[in-house]
Amino acid sequence: MTKRFELRVDRIKCDGRGLCAEILPERIRLDDWGYPIIAEGPIPDHLLPLAQRVVEDCPVLALGLRRVESRTRSSR
Amino acid sequence: MNETRLLAGRDLAMGAEGIAEHVRRLGRLPAAGKSLIDLLARSGLTGRGGAAYPVGLKWRSVAAESHGSAVIVVNGAEGEPHSKKDRLLMTTRPHLILDGAFLAAAALRARQVILYIGEEHYAARQSMSRALAERTAEERRLVRIVAAPARYVAGNSSAAVHLINAGIATPTTTPPSSHERGVDGAPTLVQNVETLAHIAMIARIGQATGTVLITMAGGVNRPGVLEVKTGTTVGEAVALAGGAPEPAQAVLVGGYFGQWIEATQAWALPVDPEALRAHGLTLGCGVIGVLPASRCAVCEVTGIMRYLANESSAQCGPCFFGLRALADACTRIAQRGTDPNDLLRLQRWASEVRGRGGCHHPDGAVMFLQSALKTFAGEFSRHPAHVRRSA
Repeated sequence: MTKRFELRVDRIKCDGRGLCAEILPERIRLDDWGYPIIAEGPIPDHLLPLAQRVVEDCPVLALGLRRVESRTRSSR
Repeated sequence: MNETRLLAGRDLAMGAEGIAEHVRRLGRLPAAGKSLIDLLARSGLTGRGGAAYPVGLKWRSVAAESHGSAVIVVNGAEGEPHSKKDRLLMTTRPHLILDGAFLAAAALRARQVILYIGEEHYAARQSMSRALAERTAEERRLVRIVAAPARYVAGNSSAAVHLINAGIATPTTTPPSSHERGVDGAPTLVQNVETLAHIAMIARIGQATGTVLITMAGGVNRPGVLEVKTGTTVGEAVALAGGAPEPAQAVLVGGYFGQWIEATQAWALPVDPEALRAHGLTLGCGVIGVLPASRCAVCEVTGIMRYLANESSAQCGPCFFGLRALADACTRIAQRGTDPNDLLRLQRWASEVRGRGGCHHPDGAVMFLQSALKTFAGEFSRHPAHVRRSA
C-alpha cells in the first residue's frame, strides 16, 4: 500500500501570503482575499516534492502534510 | 407533562429553587461511576449547546485520558442572540446543573469544575453562585466561576478553554479538541448547562427525559422558553407560544447557525435533534424564529449576516474577509436592489468560505445564508431598492 498525503492549512496561522499557490497551482488557488483554497483529496505522487516545498517555504509555517488513510477524507 | 422534565417543580416566576426543595423533589444525587457513562451513551443524549455531539462519546474520551486530572467546564455562555433557555435554567434550576457538573466530576475523576457564565447574564451568575454556596464544602472546593465575554464565539468550547487558560475568548486550532487537551493542557469536558441538567435527570431516572428546551422567537404571541416533548412539531410549538399574530413566511430552525424553512414545510417538522438531522437540519441551541409574512426576508437575512460577520473573531482570513464580503453583498441587494452579479458572488463565496475557518463560525454563517438563498430565492432575485424615507 502506498502512502497518501494531503495538505492541511492551519487557518489561524495562515496570513494569506500566497506563496503556496505560486509553487503548487495544480493543487492550490487563492480566494478573492488571497487565502488558499486547496483541492480535495490526496496529492498525486508526482506533485509530492512540490507539496513538501510548499510546507517548508510557507513564511508563517501554516501548512502541513498529513497522512491519509482513506480516499474519502476531506482535504480541508 | 410528567415530572421528569427539567423545569418541573415550583413556578418559574418564583426564581431559583433552593437545595432543600431540590432534594425533596428529586432525591439526593445518585453515585456516579463508570456505569453512568454507559447509561449516558445508551440514553442517546447529545449536547444541547448547538453542536449536538454525543455525550457518551465525549465522556469516554475524557475518562480515558483523565487519570484524575480532568477539568469540567459548565458552559453557560449562551451567546446566541435569541436563545434564553440556558439563562432560564441557571436562574430557576441551578442545582440541576450543579448536579450534572458534580456527576461529571466524579465519573471523569476531575480535579476542577469551572462555571463559565455569560458576563451579561447577571441573574444567572447570581443564582449559580448562591446555589453553589448551598452545596457541600467538598463540592465547593472544586469550583470557580469565570465570566464569558458577550461574544457569539465565546461559547465555542475551544474559545472557552482559551479564555480560561489565557484570557482570550477566541477559538483555537483543532485538533487537539478540548476533550483531548483543554484547561491547563488537561482533558476537559466542556458541556452546555442544559445538557448537564439532562444528565442529572438521566442519572436519577435511568433514561432520557424525552424533553428539550427551546426558545421561541420572532412572530409568536408569547416569545420565550418552552420545554417540549421531543418530537413536538414546530406548528405545535408555535401554538404553545400563543400562536402567530400574523401568517408566517418562514421559520428559522436552530438559530443563527440553523436554516430557513418555508412556513408551509416548517410546521410539520419535529423538534427533535436526531429527526431534524435526518432532514439535513439542526436544532442547534434550540432557537425557533418565526418570520411574519409582512417582514422583508432579504433585509432580515442581511441584518443577521452583518451580525455574524461582526462576530468573527478575525483570526482566519476566509471568515474575517469572507463573511464581511457576504454581508456587504447582502446589504447592496437590500439597499440598492438585486444585482445578478452580487447574487452570483453570494453563491460562489458561500461555497468557498465553507470549511475554511479554524472553528465552525464561517460554516454556520454560510449554511444560514445558503438556506436563505434557497428559501427566499424569489425575494433575493427581485428585491427592489429600498428608498429611505426622510424622518
